[in-house]
Amino acid sequence: MSIEGHTGLPRLLAGLEPGSEPMTLAAHARIHGPLPRIAPAQLIEEVERSGLRGRGGADFPTARKLRAVAGRRRVGPVIVNGSETEPASAKDRLLLARLPHLVLDGAVLAAGAIGSSEVIVKVGAGSPDLLRALDSAASVREHESVSVQVVTGADGYVSGEESAVVHYLNGGSPLPTFVPPRPFERGFRGRPTLIQNPETLAQLALVARFGSRWYRELGTAADPGSALVTITGAVAAPGVYELAFGTSMGDLLNAAGGPTEPLQALLVGGYFGTWVDALAAGRLRLAREDLRSVGCSLGSGVLIALGESACGLHESARVIAYLAEQSAGQCGPCVFGLRAIADAVGAMADGVAGPRERDRVLRWATEIRGRGACHHPDGAARFVESALRVFEDDIERHRRGRCQARPAGLPLGEGAVRVPGGRLADLRKRGGARVPA
Amino acid sequence: MSAVLRVNPIACEAHGLCVELLPELFRLDDWGYPILDQSEVPPDLVGLARRAVDACPTLALLLDED
Repeated sequence: MSIEGHTGLPRLLAGLEPGSEPMTLAAHARIHGPLPRIAPAQLIEEVERSGLRGRGGADFPTARKLRAVAGRRRVGPVIVNGSETEPASAKDRLLLARLPHLVLDGAVLAAGAIGSSEVIVKVGAGSPDLLRALDSAASVREHESVSVQVVTGADGYVSGEESAVVHYLNGGSPLPTFVPPRPFERGFRGRPTLIQNPETLAQLALVARFGSRWYRELGTAADPGSALVTITGAVAAPGVYELAFGTSMGDLLNAAGGPTEPLQALLVGGYFGTWVDALAAGRLRLAREDLRSVGCSLGSGVLIALGESACGLHESARVIAYLAEQSAGQCGPCVFGLRAIADAVGAMADGVAGPRERDRVLRWATEIRGRGACHHPDGAARFVESALRVFEDDIERHRRGRCQARPAGLPLGEGAVRVPGGRLADLRKRGGARVPA
Repeated sequence: MSAVLRVNPIACEAHGLCVELLPELFRLDDWGYPILDQSEVPPDLVGLARRAVDACPTLALLLDED
């Protein structure tokens, strides 16, 4: 019996039942069919035609990454980077805890495509549920020719960065290293290593089964397929939703139950992302060209709605202080630059700094870009530049002591957005599938 | 033939010799770390760039020549 790909949504989240149990291999095979047999070159070609891009934040074409490793000798393992250190993101947790076989399928297929027989799944610290789900999922697949090993990682925002993951698995500290060489050149134990986000691999597992034509039935020509988006903040039902590329921001918010109050801004792409004022955001779709037009990208797929009752300047000051604290502490421009920026934005939020301080922060933000070993300073710079643009008027308002907003409490710190078992509403009609956070 | 300068930001400890020796390409940020506005080294500065690389106490400066 051959199983066809699902029409419409959900795709990745198809068959996800309420509760907290991981989907069994039998249920997984019933929904998606068995692991397909596909020649390495054919799989890479199909992935290329699908237009699939990495979903960890860097947005890199997956086929190119596969090819970069496939052409090399002594290929190392496929590393599933399930660190998900972005505090507001919950999609990778959801996939790993609830749909481990879909991710493992993708990892095993990717291993076949690059000529590897080894998969390492790296999850963040304090994830016993993920570890359990993955270990038991791996144990029922032991007959496969690809070995699967699950490793718990360390805490910290930058520990999920690609080179930090490889450094950690090689026995070092979970901190980024100076690149190049990048992992695809010299990674795990010095071998060329493919490192992918869990969602990317889950998408790849479906492309391998149902083909690129099916994959492109959803989304736009430039951004085909679906994406997992963690929607949180001032929405009625925060959670992880699977939506088609091309979906309007309004429909995205409606998938999460709609705004709970009038919105002033959206933070697109998480804490390395960009604030967009609500008016401009209303004209955007979930598509790279739209997001680029306002200087942002989907990043790790996080969307945070900020209500009018909250203060964007205050929330941004908290986030930038967090990002400064999360610097690996290795590179001077990141350590000192982010600290100075955080202090200055904090002073603006406290009403004791004005336009001069703002100009200084913008200069620092420009200067620290590209001057860290990883992209931590770049992401933080992007965030703070957008905050000072969108919430510019608030700086003066704070100086006059006229801000009466209440804290919105954007999630900071590990596991700030949880994906518990609990209720799972089927929002297929609205074009989403949801797990409340 | 091109020469490209890179700073290894992990190794750099803001000694500032690169700025002393090659102010044409480097300037300092507010904390004494070098800012390299343009990584391609013009042919007439390659000699000075090599000297700056040799002078860096933490070997944080790299010159890729090919």
